[in-house]
Amino acid sequence: MYDVVVVGAGVVGALVARTLAKYDLKILILEKESDVAMGSTKANSAIVHAGFDAAEGSLKAKLNVRGSEMMEQVTRELGVKYNRNGSLVVAFESERKEVEKLVARGIANGVKGVRLVERKELHELEPNLNDDLDCALLAPTGAIICPYELTIAAVGNAMDNGAELKLNFEVSDIKKTDGGFAVTSSKGETVETKYLINSAGLYSDKIAAMTGDADVEVHPRRGDYMLLDRECGNFCSHTIFHTPTKMGKGILVSPTVDGNLLLGPTATDILDKEDTKTTAEGFASVVSKANDNVKNLPLNKVITSFCGLRAVGSTGDFIIKMNDGVITLAGIESPGLSSAPAIAEYVEKLLTDAGMKADVKVDYNPIRRPAHYFKTLSMEEKNEIIKKDPRYGKMVCRCESITEGEIVEALTVNPRATDIDGVKRRTRSGMGRCQGGFCSPTVVELIARELGVPFESVTKFGGASVINYGKTKGDN
Amino acid sequence: MKSVDLVIVGGGPAGMSAAVAAYDAGIKDILILERDKSLGGILRQCIHNGFGLHRFKEELTGPEYAYRYEIQVKERNIPFKTETMVLDISEDKVVTAMNSTDGMFQIKAKAIILAMGCRERPKGALNIAGTRPAGIFTAGTAQKFVNMDGYMPGKKVVILGSGDIGLIMARRMTLEGAEVKAVCELMPYSGGLARNIEQCLNDFGIPLMLSHTVVEIHGKERVEGVTIAKVDDRRRPIPETKQYIECDTLLLSCGLLPENELTRAAGISIDRITSGAVVDENRQTDIEGVFACGNVLHVHDLVDYVSEESDIAGKAAARYIKGENAAALPCTVELETDGRVRYTVPQRIVGKEDVTVYFRVADVFRDIKITVRDGERVIISKKKQKVAPGEMETVKITKDMLASLEGNKLTFSIE
Amino acid sequence: MKRELTCIVCPKGCQLTVELEGKEIISISGHTCKRGEDYARTECTAPMRTVTTTAAIIGGGVVPVKTDRVIPKELMFECMKEINKARVSPDAKLGDVVVENVLGTGANVVTTRNAKI
Repeated sequence: MYDVVVVGAGVVGALVARTLAKYDLKILILEKESDVAMGSTKANSAIVHAGFDAAEGSLKAKLNVRGSEMMEQVTRELGVKYNRNGSLVVAFESERKEVEKLVARGIANGVKGVRLVERKELHELEPNLNDDLDCALLAPTGAIICPYELTIAAVGNAMDNGAELKLNFEVSDIKKTDGGFAVTSSKGETVETKYLINSAGLYSDKIAAMTGDADVEVHPRRGDYMLLDRECGNFCSHTIFHTPTKMGKGILVSPTVDGNLLLGPTATDILDKEDTKTTAEGFASVVSKANDNVKNLPLNKVITSFCGLRAVGSTGDFIIKMNDGVITLAGIESPGLSSAPAIAEYVEKLLTDAGMKADVKVDYNPIRRPAHYFKTLSMEEKNEIIKKDPRYGKMVCRCESITEGEIVEALTVNPRATDIDGVKRRTRSGMGRCQGGFCSPTVVELIARELGVPFESVTKFGGASVINYGKTKGDN
Repeated sequence: MKSVDLVIVGGGPAGMSAAVAAYDAGIKDILILERDKSLGGILRQCIHNGFGLHRFKEELTGPEYAYRYEIQVKERNIPFKTETMVLDISEDKVVTAMNSTDGMFQIKAKAIILAMGCRERPKGALNIAGTRPAGIFTAGTAQKFVNMDGYMPGKKVVILGSGDIGLIMARRMTLEGAEVKAVCELMPYSGGLARNIEQCLNDFGIPLMLSHTVVEIHGKERVEGVTIAKVDDRRRPIPETKQYIECDTLLLSCGLLPENELTRAAGISIDRITSGAVVDENRQTDIEGVFACGNVLHVHDLVDYVSEESDIAGKAAARYIKGENAAALPCTVELETDGRVRYTVPQRIVGKEDVTVYFRVADVFRDIKITVRDGERVIISKKKQKVAPGEMETVKITKDMLASLEGNKLTFSIE
Repeated sequence: MKRELTCIVCPKGCQLTVELEGKEIISISGHTCKRGEDYARTECTAPMRTVTTTAAIIGGGVVPVKTDRVIPKELMFECMKEINKARVSPDAKLGDVVVENVLGTGANVVTTRNAKI
């Protein structure tokens, strides 16, 4: 019997599990995919919003401002890259009123340092802005982050503190039992728990329904993104949004913590929760709207494009409720990433208020070694490590300079990667300009070796996403 | 810090030829740094034949061609380190590298030859709409899986791009039992050699669909199919011509890019067209004592030419180390192109000896003249039945021509 | 009857024209060397190809191999079957015979590098 089962290992579930892992509790995280951070967490704008956007008094406003405040410490403890680069919401002259309203709302929401900047200062701050832009909201507390890096680190830290993770566990049934719940997977495996946290993202409505709550509604809103080569990371230093209109928030242009440049997203409400196809129209829309904000975009440097789905709730606000041992966290769309630490804190309070008995563990350790620590070492320090473990001297990914040692780490450190994309998200191998052309055969070999599985059963992202179909010559 | 006369970055055909040439020109203190498990570079996985007709007057496979040079390197006891990655080259010729046995280390070189080769253009750069399942590979990655690892990355294959590696892989996968359904080429002509279209596609009845591209990828976990379409003369897909092809694999053979991250970081000027360093006829870059040759300089069709070019670089590096090239040479001629000729290598001439100039054209042209002008004066006019972007051309600028030049520019054009 | 061919003897890829009467070759044009002319002749009578592929090494891995001379084009897939059955010693050296006189063509299948890297 677990004390807490968390359904869904996105950024929200991960931070909830990590927050609760400091207590003497038996915690289990369930994830239907082959890795953590596979849903909305994997593909979004990677922004920690300052908190000027959400309506005053809403959960979104409250949790965003609090989450943004907490994020610096959380990322420091988890060794996750975090860059408070500041956000700009730019406007043409005709949109000035809207921006002024936004500044006022930011002040009301308690966003620190938020102010209006005029044309001259604006263009000095960002020389690549569209010349016609007139003014902007500047929020110095806006930041950028890598959402899957945060999620992997949070799950890893929770596991280091005793939490368990079951991957490929798609919840298909939840039954109320005497002391709590019996949660059954599509493969027929059942686990029992006292408390259940529903952080299932796009499927939180489905999970809620299994717990007897039919009122939760979530639908997907798709967004296309384009990612540019690291050569373009200095194109702008702030995250640049356009003033929201009735037509939506527009396309942002932002550096990423890894030094790339990100453009996107589009916003289209759809029905299919699995439809992450990119479209030619999507690309065109990203490009044309990005051009409203900036000039001379180096579009020949696009290295990849992707589509993410936000889990949009029916109420317009986050849906957070506790009922009879179940906590439902639904409709956690933007600013969900920014709010995640605060949502975790909120869940912690709900549980302790509900009388959950737990003491803080004596050996609780909130610190996790940064995933990319090897890169940051001096030549002498690297040589010390290589002397002990020669695998750190063997380069696998040329474009991003990732060694065999770092890839083996990704396959052995909590939460362990089991496929190529998992290794990629943990190490960045295959994320460079050649996009895995050179290193993917070696990565396949390392996964097969470390996991003790046949070469041909290695997948890109679990399931039937195999890379190879078997040997050309049969068995040797 | 350890110092070495000549450091060669890359132990493929270019690096090995350059090493042998420099050694034979009297430089014995050489170190080749190779990132892969053994010498040979990309030739190790190019197991098809067709190499060496110029160089060795016989038809060899890639591994055999590489072996000829490997033997020469080993006979001369030229030191090399494999599984060694060069991380940085500084302007004052300090090479930083890393491997398992030495860790990270630095070497001060008198001269450096860059021979890192090239890589394939990835999918991202193409922005194909649709899903992102497993089963999308560059042709070279598939070649590595099939030829080096002995695994089949696909059973039903569509190939986008008609570069030589794609054509070679069409035959290779067919021989291993896969069904190659089509090769789509965006341009109205193929990017590969005519012989490869004949022996890799026509021999097996694989259609080459010119002016076609892949507009959408289908499949959730593994590729299940692609939608292709014909493109108009501005290379935009024509919606009415869309057709679905069922397949589990999409191979991309959409061009090669010289791998010049180290070159760029060292501050060496890069030619916008070749994506390789700007060099003189000695293959010397604009940093004195740093040379470049092979596919890192510009993408070649034939390894024989890579070897030829690397000989030049190796010999020139030897002369430089011995101080024979030390004085700045007086005669500097810039080579310019008309656009129909896309680029030349070298881009400038500093000496007075014969120079073979390599170049590529921008489109397929028939019954034309390749013309070289000194100002208004035509100094070379060479008739050709056909020139194509996929096939590198050469002309020789003789020392007599150089001696009698009036200007300091030579313009290459197609007329 | 005229037959247009692309010569595969060297990377030049000359466009060849062969004039035929029935099976008899009347004239060959477009070639720029003797080998091209020979190619046109055999291509119109009994086309031949070199097969390059890999063979399994005992204990794991593959080694590249080739037919050491051209074989009839229509035998390529049969030849692949023979090669796929073969198992090469891990100590094999470049040039070692993997399949002798494959399908009675007179060609040996030989390795094109040492089995051990």
